[in-house]
Amino acid sequence: MITTTVTVLYFASLRDAAGLAREQVEASAASLGDLYEILRRRHAFALPRDRLRVAVDGEFADWSDAVRAGSEVALIPPVSGG
Amino acid sequence: MERAGCSAPSVAPRPDFCLSADAIDTRQLTDSLAHPTAGAVAVFEGRVRDHNDGRAVSGLSYEAYAALAEAEGARIVAEARARFQVIEARCVHRTGALAIGEVAVWVGVSAAHRDAAFAACRYVIDEVKTRVPIWKRETYADGDSDWLHPGSGQDTATPDGEAQVSCPDI
Repeated sequence: MITTTVTVLYFASLRDAAGLAREQVEASAASLGDLYEILRRRHAFALPRDRLRVAVDGEFADWSDAVRAGSEVALIPPVSGG
Repeated sequence: MERAGCSAPSVAPRPDFCLSADAIDTRQLTDSLAHPTAGAVAVFEGRVRDHNDGRAVSGLSYEAYAALAEAEGARIVAEARARFQVIEARCVHRTGALAIGEVAVWVGVSAAHRDAAFAACRYVIDEVKTRVPIWKRETYADGDSDWLHPGSGQDTATPDGEAQVSCPDI
C-alpha cells in the first residue's frame, strides 16, 4: 500500500490525549477510517470511530473515503456547543 | 482565527453565522433583525450556567474548528431561511473562556408572524448544538475540568444554556 502524508487536526479531548493540536502523519491507510484506527492506537484515544465525524480540507467527509496525500484531516469528537 | 462581522456595527453584508472571541452584543444583534414587514422577533440566548449534571460549574471555555464551524453554521441558518418564512436570521457563538451568566450562543430570527420566528429560532439552536464543531470544556468548583462529548453515557444530557427569551415548542 502506498504511504501518504497528511496533516491531522485534533480537537477537545482528542487534542488533550494526543498532546498536540496538529501533526504531520505518514501512514499506509486505505481509508480515513483506517487512518483513525492507526491514530487511535498511537495516541490511545478513548473514543471509538462511530462517535466521531471526519472532515477533509474543511468539509465533512466519510470514513470510507480514501486518504488524499497532502490533505488536512480533522477528527471531530462529539460536539457540545450551545 | 477570528472573523470580522459579529460585533462590527456596520458590516454589510452581516454574516449569518459567526464565531466571536468577544462578548456578544445582543442588543445590537437584535436591532439588526428589524424590518418593516417583521411583526415578530424571536431570540434565544444560551447562557453559562453554574451547574451541570449535578456538579457546581465555575466557568467554561469553547473551542471551535473555525473554518468548518462557520461553514456549517451558515448552512444551518440557510436551511432555516429555506424552511420557514423568515425575514432575517443569524447566530453568533462564543469561543474562549466564559464566566457564569455570559451569553455563549445567540440566535435571532425575525418574521412576519410569530410561528415562523419561533420555529426557525428553535431549528437553528437545535441544529447548531448537534452539528457545528464547537466543544465545551467545563471547569468545576472543585478545580477539575473536562471536555463534554455528549453521547458517552455520562454526559448524554445535552448541555443547554438557560433561555432569557426562550423559543418554546409550538
